[in-house]
Amino acid sequence: MQELVNIFVKGIFIENMIFAYFLGMCSYLAVSKTVKTGVGLGAAVIFVLGITVPINYLLENYVLKEGALSWISEDFASVDLSFLSFIMFIAVIASMVQLVEMIVEKFAPALYGALGIFLPLIAVNCSILGGALFMQDRQYPTIAEASAFGLGSGVGWFLAIVAIAAIREKIKYSHVPAPLRGLGITFIITGLMGIAFMAFMGIEL
Amino acid sequence: MKFLRDYLDSIKPNFEKGGKLEKLHSVFDGLETFLFVPRHGAQSGAHIRDGIDMKRAMFTVVIAMIPAMLFGIWNTGHQHFLTLGMFAGPLDGLMDKLMFGLIKVLPLIVVSYGVGLGIEFLFAQLRGHSINEGFLVSGLLIPLCLPVEVPLWMVAVATAFAVVIGKEVFGGTGMNILNPALTARAFLFFAYPTKMSGNTVWINTSAENGQALVDGYSGETFLAQSIQSSSNYVNVAGVPYESATDAWMNAFWGFIPGSIGETSVVAILIGAGVLLFTGIGSWRIMLSFFLGGYVMGLIFNAWGANEFMQVPAIYQTFMGGFFFGMVFMATDPVSAAQTNVGKWIYGFLAGFLGIMIRVFNPAYPEGIMMSILFMNVMAPLIDHYVVQANVNRRLKRVKVSNQ
Repeated sequence: MQELVNIFVKGIFIENMIFAYFLGMCSYLAVSKTVKTGVGLGAAVIFVLGITVPINYLLENYVLKEGALSWISEDFASVDLSFLSFIMFIAVIASMVQLVEMIVEKFAPALYGALGIFLPLIAVNCSILGGALFMQDRQYPTIAEASAFGLGSGVGWFLAIVAIAAIREKIKYSHVPAPLRGLGITFIITGLMGIAFMAFMGIEL
Repeated sequence: MKFLRDYLDSIKPNFEKGGKLEKLHSVFDGLETFLFVPRHGAQSGAHIRDGIDMKRAMFTVVIAMIPAMLFGIWNTGHQHFLTLGMFAGPLDGLMDKLMFGLIKVLPLIVVSYGVGLGIEFLFAQLRGHSINEGFLVSGLLIPLCLPVEVPLWMVAVATAFAVVIGKEVFGGTGMNILNPALTARAFLFFAYPTKMSGNTVWINTSAENGQALVDGYSGETFLAQSIQSSSNYVNVAGVPYESATDAWMNAFWGFIPGSIGETSVVAILIGAGVLLFTGIGSWRIMLSFFLGGYVMGLIFNAWGANEFMQVPAIYQTFMGGFFFGMVFMATDPVSAAQTNVGKWIYGFLAGFLGIMIRVFNPAYPEGIMMSILFMNVMAPLIDHYVVQANVNRRLKRVKVSNQ
């Protein structure tokens, strides 16, 4: 249990997708103009990461990894399908994003309009594929740990986008030098937030 | 004063529009408003509460910091002579200690003000705005939160980073998201960790007075000692304190090594009194910050998994930069939460996280600074939801009264 909490908290603060790995920056920068859309996209990312990482974990351990197919028959013990992992992971992610898109369109049409192209683009959001690949790389022993990692990364991404959205709303009327307005200052804020998030580096629960 | 006013009035036309030195208007304006309360008022949309302006407010904070600064100067000398085995009593060799501390600390302050104000003037000239007042405070906070052994060029680099990236790119004072002094400290902490933490940076051991130590002195800070054992404290000369209570009283008065301005709880509390009396520092933030740290200390006491967790909660707050951060850093009116409810949440979480980071991660003894920085990032979000909650509550009231 403690291990699960540790992985979850690590995903949020220490190995934050945005501030530690700078993954998923495109939608992070584009949709963070208001807190409301930030919350919407952040929730979508939590959902997609929380679902796809465990599913991909099952795929990885029962289909793709070397010897993973041996549950069908001993003859497959030497089969290594890991060269298919990218395409399989992306297929799972894309289908989940389709699901999210349908749900959002049905129940929150205003948010659907506000998110625009960035909702379907979650499918190619680096942090989602990154989550699956980190899961593969770190070889979590059980599915529970993989889920904790997926959810933690999602919550971390959510926190990052909501925090920067609030800051961007706050600095709307600031006297920012003209060449830095918009994306420029957002990059600087992201860097400064990264410094602040380094506070949690190295914490072990 | 009269002749100064007359002199300023006599040279003023040169800096007005069309004058010879029109380009230097912001420099003149900065100097004039620094010396005298400006005669012009706000032109629109201001809701005036009293006659104080930004420069006077910032100066009050500087005055509040003076006890901590003076104590820091004395303590620099005190720790130095303690390692040499001289002047063990607090009042022995007072002048020697003050002189030694002054020689060490004054350059840091001069470099910090020089570099920071230089950049401020430059930006004010280039961007045509008036000179920002905020740096009066940041310029003194930066040296006070650094170890005494930090090289001067590092102070210069960190100050430049903090003023340009931390403040000016957002449009200057009042628009930054992070506290500039903390930005400088965090920058140094992550860029040059060996000069900012460890055992050798806190005490000056140079051989200037002709009394070279046999080899470099390395003494652990109070924090490092309490991580290892909660009973056997020694002072920098290696002499054990009489009892744990005695050790903690030393920490309370500030006779321990540490960053220049942060060691003495007493001196900082005098400053807190000034800030609270004048209403410039928010009592909500200070109180909730203290409660946050204290509650986290109590939780750790109950948990008690290692020696450091068993340090009594009240003593936790005496160590490191807890009080310094609480009084001078967290209350920064720009980067803190703006709403009253938000201030409670902001302060509480900052204190809470500060003690948590310190205990969980012994590599970051200065968890307080990092937690305030983190809460600076989160403050706009807290405010956003406090305002939203208020809007929703009022909307509900309207709906109820309409029925």
